[in-house]
Order: sequence, then C-alpha cells, then structure tokens
Amino acid sequence: MSEEPLLSVRNLSLGVRRKGGPTTVIVDDISFDVAEGQRFGIVGESGSGKSMTLRAIANLLPGGVKVLSGTIKYRGDDLGTMPAKSRRRLAGPEIAMIFQEPMTALNPVMRVGEQIAESPRRHLGLSRAAAMDLAIDMMRKTGIPDPARRARAYPHELSGGLRQRIMIAMALSCSPKLLLCDEPTTALDVTVQHQVLRLLEQLCEDSGTALVFVTHDLGVVNQTCRDLAVMYAGEIVERGQVKNVFSGPRHPYTKGLLDSAPDFDKPDRKLAAIPGFPPNLADRGDGCPFQPRCPFAVEQCATSRPRLEQVLPGREAACFETARIFEGATA
Amino acid sequence: MTTTPARALPPLKTRRRPARSRSLRSWYRNGSLIAGIVIVGGLILVAVFAPLITSYSPTAQNLTDVLQGPSAAHWLGTDRFGRDVFTRLVYGTRVDLRIGFMAVLIPFVVGSVLGGLAGYFGGWLDTLVMRLVDIFFAFPFYVMVIALVFILGSGETSIYLAIAAVSWVSYAKIVRGEVLVAKQQDYVMAARLGGFSHLKVLARHIGPNVLSQAIIYAMSDIVQDIMAIVTLGYLGLGIAPPTAEWGSMILDGQQFITTQWQQATIPGLAVVVTSLGLSWLGDGLSDLLSPDRRK
Amino acid sequence: MTDVTAQPEVTAQPVVLRVANISKEYRLGQGLFGRVGGAKKSLKALDGVDLELRRGEVLALVGESGSGKSTLAKILVGAVNQTGGEIQESGLAQGADRKQRSRHVQMVFQDPYSSLNPRINVGSMLAGLLRLHRLVPRGEVRAESIRLLNRVGLQEDVLHAYPSQFSGGQRQRLAIARALAVRPQVLVADEPVSALDVSIQATILELFRSLQDELGLSILFIAHNLAVVQHLSQRVAVMYLGRIVEVADTAEIFSNPRHPYTRALIDSIPRMSADSFTDPFEITGEPPSPVDLPSGCRFHPRCPIATERCRTEDPVLSLVGPGHTSACLLAEELPPYGGVPALKEEE
Repeated sequence: MSEEPLLSVRNLSLGVRRKGGPTTVIVDDISFDVAEGQRFGIVGESGSGKSMTLRAIANLLPGGVKVLSGTIKYRGDDLGTMPAKSRRRLAGPEIAMIFQEPMTALNPVMRVGEQIAESPRRHLGLSRAAAMDLAIDMMRKTGIPDPARRARAYPHELSGGLRQRIMIAMALSCSPKLLLCDEPTTALDVTVQHQVLRLLEQLCEDSGTALVFVTHDLGVVNQTCRDLAVMYAGEIVERGQVKNVFSGPRHPYTKGLLDSAPDFDKPDRKLAAIPGFPPNLADRGDGCPFQPRCPFAVEQCATSRPRLEQVLPGREAACFETARIFEGATA
Repeated sequence: MTTTPARALPPLKTRRRPARSRSLRSWYRNGSLIAGIVIVGGLILVAVFAPLITSYSPTAQNLTDVLQGPSAAHWLGTDRFGRDVFTRLVYGTRVDLRIGFMAVLIPFVVGSVLGGLAGYFGGWLDTLVMRLVDIFFAFPFYVMVIALVFILGSGETSIYLAIAAVSWVSYAKIVRGEVLVAKQQDYVMAARLGGFSHLKVLARHIGPNVLSQAIIYAMSDIVQDIMAIVTLGYLGLGIAPPTAEWGSMILDGQQFITTQWQQATIPGLAVVVTSLGLSWLGDGLSDLLSPDRRK
Repeated sequence: MTDVTAQPEVTAQPVVLRVANISKEYRLGQGLFGRVGGAKKSLKALDGVDLELRRGEVLALVGESGSGKSTLAKILVGAVNQTGGEIQESGLAQGADRKQRSRHVQMVFQDPYSSLNPRINVGSMLAGLLRLHRLVPRGEVRAESIRLLNRVGLQEDVLHAYPSQFSGGQRQRLAIARALAVRPQVLVADEPVSALDVSIQATILELFRSLQDELGLSILFIAHNLAVVQHLSQRVAVMYLGRIVEVADTAEIFSNPRHPYTRALIDSIPRMSADSFTDPFEITGEPPSPVDLPSGCRFHPRCPIATERCRTEDPVLSLVGPGHTSACLLAEELPPYGGVPALKEEE
C-alpha cells in the first residue's frame, strides 16, 4: 500500500547560527512520515528539539533558527522551495497549529468569534456572515456552551480551557488535513486536559485530520497517539507504536524516561532517575548523544553515532547495543 | 518492565556553566561604553589636573590683554577681562562636572527611597507618593528650575535645591516600577519567609536588583542637569562670576560672536561633547547592567 | 523496595500543624462609585478549611485552578494573613513573630527560575540565613553550608556559584537547601516539580522522600499531578473551590474515592499503560469562578450524580471510613470504584 504520505520529513536539520561563531545544531538529521489521518506523537524533554521541529513544519521558526539541510514535503510538495505565497495558502485549509499558551496565541483586542472566522473568510472566501456562522458552529463542536453569546467575548473573559477550545476551533475551522499541536494541554488543569484531549481525538477522527502531537507527558501521548517518535538532543532515538514502545522500549533513553515517570497504574514501582545532566547542544561530540548518561554504554558509543535502524517490525531505535540490552524482553 | 539499573542515585557532581559575570566578558566590545568612558574619563582628568594643563588663573583679570585672538600664548585668546579663555574652559570643566554630579545625587537618593518605599509597602504610602509625583511631573523641567532659582536667588545651593525639587520624581517612578516587579519574585517572598526584616529584604534583595535602572537614568539626568546649569549661567542666574563656568562664558562671549567667535562657541562645544560622552556611558552601562532588557 | 504507602506509625504521630476553619476572602473593589451603592463582590479563596499535618508524613494537597491550594500554602507559611480561622503549630506560641515562625515552617516554590536571587551566590545565601538565626557559631557557618548542600546532593564547589549557572533541577535542590537551613519542622512544597523535566522530577521526588526518612520532616506537598502524589504521599487531601472535599490515606483514596470530584480527577489522569475510556464520572463544563459560588454543594453544577438535595444543602466533611472523610451528601451511595480497566492485550 504505497500512498504518498501526507507529511514527509527527510533528514531535517535545524541550527542556530551565532554572529561570527559556530552553528549550534538543535535538530540533527531527523526523518519521519505522517499518513493521512494518522496520529503521531513526538515525545521529549527540554533540548530535544521537538518544538522546533513542529515550528519548522509550520514555517514558524524563530528568528535565529534556520533550516540547515533536509526537506519537509507536504503532499509531495517541498515546503522549503515553495513560493511564499503558496506556503501561506497552506495555513488554514491544509496545515494548522495549536499552541501551549492560548493567551498569547489569541488576539486580546479581538472578539473570539471574529478570530475564528478570520481563517475561513480568507481561505474559503466566505462572506462575513457565513464565516461567523461557521465560527459559531465550530465553537459548538468544541463543546463551548452557549456559543452564539460566547463568540462575542474577548479572550481574557474566558478561562484557560475555553481559550484552548477556541484555539482548536480556530485551527479546525477550515478543516485542515494536518494539525500540529505543541503541548496544547500542558498549561491546563487535569480535568480540563482530559476533556480537551477527548475533544481533539473525536474531531480528528470525524474529519480525518492527521495529528502531530508534541508533548513531554507520556500519559498524554499514550492517550492521544498511536505512533510516536522519541527525541533526545535533537535526534530521534526510537520510533514505533506507542503501546509497544511503552511496554518494551528499545533505547536506553526511552527506558530511562519510562522508569522515571510516575506511572499511575504501578504505584509501587520505585522511580529511577536518569543520571547526569540534560544534553549540551553546543558541545556535540562524535558519539551517541545519550552516552554520557547511559548505564549501558560501551566504548563504541563514545566514538561513533548510532543511526536509527529497524530492530523489530515497525520499530526503530538508534542504539548500538539495543539487542544486547533488551534481549529477552517481550515485544 | 525490566528492573532499574544498578547505579543508584549518585550525589550529583555539579557540572554547571562556566562563571561569566553577566556580560562582563564583552564589555570591551561595547562601543558606547568605551566611547563614554574615554570621553567622561578624559573630562574628569582635565578637571582634576587643570592646574597642570594651564598655568594661568581662570579669574585673574588682565586688562592690558583684553580680547586677543588665539595665539601661542593664549590658545583660545582672551575674553573681555583679559582672562585666558582656554584656562577658563578647563577650569569650567571642574565646575560643570562637579555641579552636574552633585545635582543628580540628591534627587537620586530622595526619589529612589520614596519610590522604593512606595512600591514595596504599597497602600496609602504608595498613593501619597504617587499623587505627589503626578503633581511635580506636571511641570516642565527647565521652566521650574529657572523659576525656582530666580526665586531662591542664584548660586550653587539654589541650583541643587531647584533641580532636586523637580527631578526626584523620575527616580521615584523608575524605582517604584522596578520594585513592584522585584516584589513579585519568589526569592523576595523566600527571604521574608526566612525571617528577614523588611529592611534587610529591601537592602539585600530588592535594592541591588532595582538600582541599576536608576543609575542608568542618572547618567542621562546629569546631561540634563548640566544643560540646566549652563542655561542658568547663560541667563545670568547661575554660578556667580568671576567663577569660570561654561554657561556664563557663552553669555560673556555672545557679544563678540563676530570677532572672537571662539569665546562663545568653544564652551558650547564642550557642553555638547560632555553630553555625548555621558549619553554613551549611560547606553553602555545599560547594556552592561541589564543585558536582557529590550531597549 | 520500600512501599511508601504503608506506614502504620504515621496516624499515631503527633500533629505538627493544624488549621481550623481557615477562610480567606478578597474584597473586589469596584472603584469609588461601586462602593457607594450596590453589593460588594468578594472572592472567597478559602471557606472553612480544616487540615492536620502529622510529624514525619507527606500530606498531598491536590486541586485545580481556583481550588485555593496556593492560597492555603501562603497562609500556612505566613506570607498571607487569613481572614478567619486559626493556625496552630506545635512548639510555637500564639503570637510568635515572623522570625520565630520561619524556624518552624518553610516553603519550596514552584518556579526554580524566580525563587533564587540571581545576584546572590549560594554560599552567601545560606550564610545569610545561618547568621540571621544564629544557628551555628560563626566559625562553623561554612561547614554547615556544605552539610546542607551535601544533604540535597550538591557538592562544596557550588558555594561560589550564582543561580544562573544551574539547571532547573539543581536550582530546586538549592531552594530546598535554603529551606532546610533553618531546620524547620514543616516543609510546604508548592508544586516543586511541575516546572521540571520528567526525568529530573524523579530525582527531586526521591530527595523529598529521603528528607522525610532521614530528618523526620513533615511535608505538605501541593500538586496537580496525581501520579506524583501517589508515589510520594501517605495521605491526600483534595480541594475544590476553597474547600477540602476529601481526605484519606493515599492507597485508600485511589482505590476507594468517595467524592465524585476525586473520582473525576483520578479518571482524568492520562495513563501510560491503558487506553482512555468513558467513565460514568465524566464531569462537564468549566470550573466555576470563585467569585460566583454555586448554592448548596459547590460541585453540584458539574456533578454527574447531583440530586435536588445537593443544590440546596452544603455538605461538611464527615467520616466515611477509618481516617477517611468526604464532603459529599451521597458518599455512602457511591458505587464501588471500578478503577482502571484491565490492560488491553497487545496487538
């Protein structure tokens, strides 16, 4: 079944170039595909490069960060070589994004209904009235009570959960094919997070929207995505289906992450921290980036960089020792 | 799930980033700062070593040599009382710089204290101080200073009083704003929780973090004060003659602008250079003391 | 492997901190004209809170935004004054001053980046406290500082360093060392790991555990992440809109929650090893604002099992089991908690 993937990232590298200084690589040669309707999670901690990857896809990289190499293809078209105008036209009906902090993503001096209506007016050519109707309908779909009245509110008049729903409504207003989510529920209360995630799941299923979901919360990625990539120091270190990766990781970092996260269903398990310090991206050596903290490291790990390779059907890991370490573990 | 690795939680060897005293490592690359230091430093040196630079007296009159043009003996000529203009320029540096710095000191202290207390304690003190600030802020600086000096009579003390009365408000506003922000920081609450008194908290935690902005402002305030002094001198309200002072030199020299133009213009140039130097110094300090602040 | 949740001696321990009927009301000014006519609106952040903390235990305080847990924490450490009710701390006379109080209760803050003064180095920070309270003779200040640092897993070489040179996890350690400097009996930790990476959280949680074991420290641990709470605490108190709605031992509260809000909270936790599921305790709607409190039981507008009685009667915390209290009129009638469905088979 060879369909063109919806999104295809190949050998993407991002870096920060300092004035008259060396370039710091913050994302190093990553590749992944997202199919239509697929829900793909990217998990990592600070410095992993997960947010930057998302921003690169959305064409929202901050000032100093540049694409060093690689391609991002949407429906076969290279986003990097596309003319700016066509690139902008994608935002809304094709690719949409929701952010962590709804307050900064919403215009504080514009009523929320109008903000939702903006995109359909622009991209779908709807009239003002038609766009507003669509906006109210989207608000209803996202579970906002009394949407007609709420549409006239300003962002600061709404709670965090409502604002996040507004952002979801905005993002989905033109029925995009790809929704990029950058930790959209991290700032929300846990009960609101629960509702918002179920909402996202449902809406994406109804409209067949693919999801790229960046988070540091393992429970959230388990609930929302079927497949995931684990990132560390700008590289993908493991890739596969969430259930399989969580029950049988094949990379020491993934294992360390799972061991250190409090798991609600295993209250008696002692938390094991990952020793050492978060990676220093400016100081990349030749070896595996996780090597300084890896309890299983051998000589080779300090001198050469492991590549992402298949270790099981549907599973890839970037580790020289994966077979030795995880031998005997069940899939 | 496999068992946890054998390595127990080790006491962390603290790796940390190398010490870099804020942005000190690049201070010598900061053009404004260097220019400012050079100019202001130079002026201070001139003021201090005035007797070594010129052997003439700035006030002694020599009525045989009036209104001479520039020559080897008198680099900038003489004024209408036969005094060497260059000497007066050099000694004027002492007067203007000294009064400029001193005039800034009182408003700095008074304004910072009032603003700091108002911001820290809030409540009625804050309301009171801020209403006062609003009142004083309504008056334009030069108008007020000139009017006050006129009322109080010319002279150094009057200048200090007049300037202090008007410019303390800016410091109060700046410091109050900074304190309001600093107050919100958890470390301030932690200090209070640690048992420190308000005084100690203000001195140890709030003070150092808020005064840098006031200091930077003070640099530009000196410029303004020097301008005020020069203006007063030009209006005849400043330092009493025969003391050499740039403003009064411009006043004296303006009548001879067609014949001995250097008498009026060179002191004016001195004022410009001093202001430039102080502004650059302020800019440079601003970069140094608060590098993360957007300008 | 120590099982944290079973410490039978805890309930017999003396109480080190007790609050009774604490309330905190903020009056919302409406400007000059608002005060002249019309009712004054007020925000009741806390409305009648009773809590006990025993020696050597970790009590978790759980709640979402608007629950009042942060306000309660600030009141406990004396940063904010309550408008009603009283605080009793063992070993502390009534009317003790700020300095004496600070020896008894200390706080660790959520944001590691604003809880340390960037201009004061570590050694100076610790020495300042040690000297203020004259905890050790002058000559031993440095040695004591090093002891404190070692206790939190840091070495002597950090004494000269400034906070900006440390990572988030290390900063929290420094903040904990600072709190421990005055040798408090109670530590109030306000979401101390929320701002940290997952893999670092574990180290700080283990640090808290070791402090509890080695120093007999009593810790009030405020959190919104229930998984964290489950690992560390012996007892849990759940807050909603300024009230405590349920208190129980950790194991008990997670296996047998007796308040609908607690159930909803537990059910909302995104699981790492199970699928999401629909649960009869789906709560709807947004948390209401503390300004506009509902009548009767505060939770009734969102409660899936609310009855008429719940709309009019305001429940109080009452015993529903040994050491287990709940403020729900229907606590007895709640069906047994189903918990998480069995793990699905792998594909």
